[in-house]
Amino acid sequence: MSTQKSTKVEVKNLTKIFGKHINKAKELSRQGKDKAEILKETGATVGVDRADFKIYDGEIFVIMGLSGSGKSTLVRMINRLIEPTEGEVLIDGENLMKIDKKELRDVRRKKMSMVFQNFGLFPNRTVLENTEYGLEIQGADKTTREKKAKEALETVGITGYNDEYPDQLSGGMQQRVGLARALANDPEILLMDEAFSALDPLNRTDMQDQLLDIQEKLHKTIIFISHDLNEALKIGDRIMIMKDAKVIQTGTPEDILTHPADEYVEEFIENVDRSKVLTAGNVMIRPTIVNIEKAGPRLALKMMKDNEVSTAYVVDSRRNLLGIVDANDVIKLVRENNGDLTPIVQTKVPTTSEDTPISDLMDDISQTGIPFAVINDKKQLMGIIVRGAVLGALAGNEVSDFE
Amino acid sequence: MNNIPQLPLAHWIDNFVDWLVQFTGFFNAITNFIGSINNAFQWIFDIIPIWLFIILVLALTYYVNRDQQNWGLLIFEFLGLLMIWNLNFWRDMTQTLTLVLTSSLIALVIGIPLGILMAKSHTAEIILKPVLDFMQTMPAFVYLIPAVALFGIGMVPGIVASVIFAMPPTVRMTNMGIREVPNELIEAADSFGSTEWQKLFKVELPIAKSSLMAGVNQSMMLSLSMVVIASMIGAMGLGTKVYFAVGRNDAGNGFAAGLAIVILAIILDRLTQSLTRSRRKH
Repeated sequence: MSTQKSTKVEVKNLTKIFGKHINKAKELSRQGKDKAEILKETGATVGVDRADFKIYDGEIFVIMGLSGSGKSTLVRMINRLIEPTEGEVLIDGENLMKIDKKELRDVRRKKMSMVFQNFGLFPNRTVLENTEYGLEIQGADKTTREKKAKEALETVGITGYNDEYPDQLSGGMQQRVGLARALANDPEILLMDEAFSALDPLNRTDMQDQLLDIQEKLHKTIIFISHDLNEALKIGDRIMIMKDAKVIQTGTPEDILTHPADEYVEEFIENVDRSKVLTAGNVMIRPTIVNIEKAGPRLALKMMKDNEVSTAYVVDSRRNLLGIVDANDVIKLVRENNGDLTPIVQTKVPTTSEDTPISDLMDDISQTGIPFAVINDKKQLMGIIVRGAVLGALAGNEVSDFE
Repeated sequence: MNNIPQLPLAHWIDNFVDWLVQFTGFFNAITNFIGSINNAFQWIFDIIPIWLFIILVLALTYYVNRDQQNWGLLIFEFLGLLMIWNLNFWRDMTQTLTLVLTSSLIALVIGIPLGILMAKSHTAEIILKPVLDFMQTMPAFVYLIPAVALFGIGMVPGIVASVIFAMPPTVRMTNMGIREVPNELIEAADSFGSTEWQKLFKVELPIAKSSLMAGVNQSMMLSLSMVVIASMIGAMGLGTKVYFAVGRNDAGNGFAAGLAIVILAIILDRLTQSLTRSRRKH
């Protein structure tokens, strides 16, 4: 965050009511009735209730809440995908509610781009064509938009997939393309609606790290919607917590953890810093994987060298865990010029499932030398748990760490 | 019911048709326009030698199915077309094909924009839905009567009746295809600042393409089912052969011509179906 905070986006009294009897619903909401009461009396649903906040230039602003709290509606009012019932959105001081369709299109083209929960990639377009979309509709010529799209894809670390179609890529890759498409326009503001929620834990962590890396270089103003407090604490410069269409608290992660505004927030954060809610899936890391059906000792050794590890996890083509191999044994095989890894696979590997709480594993982890393998119900290897990662994860969520 | 006077519905419709007839100039213009499309198709089919036509059909089939070689279909088409030639139905077959292509083309040109309108506007959907139901369920014979009054006898009234009968699937499937585009993709298109036209042509239509093509395929099959009916008002082609065979109680020739229609139907169906499958360059 820059030391001198200039306001990029200012939201004033922003309200969205869905359904009929909107005026009556507004009236009731002013009288202090809550969402459920208003729904009961008028049939109207309050999406967002008089939200007021400022977002500073260059910060990552996380809007947090459970589903139905109005966070997705709120972010869609910032680019007017949803028309607000009332209130103002000011971007660089310009009131978005007062501009006409054409000016609004210009704002969407130049100033802000959006990244979607389920990626929102066009299935009929290749990766490159998807990334070019924003520039294409602005009428940029083919060379310019290809150049910028390729740069954006490079920024998010996707090269060599230009001509693939979205459904040929994994979820994590697809969302990188989604992010690249948003970056290709070089917008000042990024709206990210639960952008990483559809990804598996490992990919999610990777994407969070990558977003922070990108932010360090590009200094965008990022409005990030999330329902995951761990994610919010990790990437947010400031966090705004919503509940039942209302803004409950806005502040830095430290503020929120040390001075929760009410019981709701307190309950929310209580759940974070406990090893009970951190599961094996949250802290696992990528192991060095050797596919026994494809790789021999030489490849295994090379992979272990590249990743600087002394054990590799052996799987078959379906990613089912067979065991581990030790670097010393592999070297022996290579010396003997033996091409088969099978004899040296050690099958005694401690395993656990993704949703096992860390607290249940703590004792075992500190006793065994071999990292736990995390497997899913199909016995496929998902990741491994090393001691350091567990401690890091626990420490990262300690309140004391922020004080 | 004797006390209640009968509703003069038939009389009203007669009056309405009579009233329409006075716009002779307008209907003549339409007749000429449709007639010239029809003649253009017929002219092309007449100058192409039969052997070349067969080769072109086979080549087209091969091309649209190039990712999955379907030799059975190619052999079927080859033998089927040879049989039509052998039975001396070639000219009739091209006349029928002309009628089907002209009416499908018109159904497409009118139907797709109507479908788009229906998808975009709630009011249009409410109005068009019953109209489409009416068009499709009214017995097709009925269209022949005003068609003759307004467009005379021959191919054109047959085409007009076919268009009315065959258009609804194209409209409906276009509407459905566009409405089924996932909301997130619409939001994505909007969030990047697309205009309505850009959204339509770059996102909605390409994604709706396969359901749209399914509608075109259905329209084509329906207009093919109209050829025998249209022959009653002078539309030439295989339908006429069937119609005459009925009059002469001639089962043999009736089935022979009917079989030729079936062969044409299968070829048209398979060709449009392979267009339905979305293809990708790899």
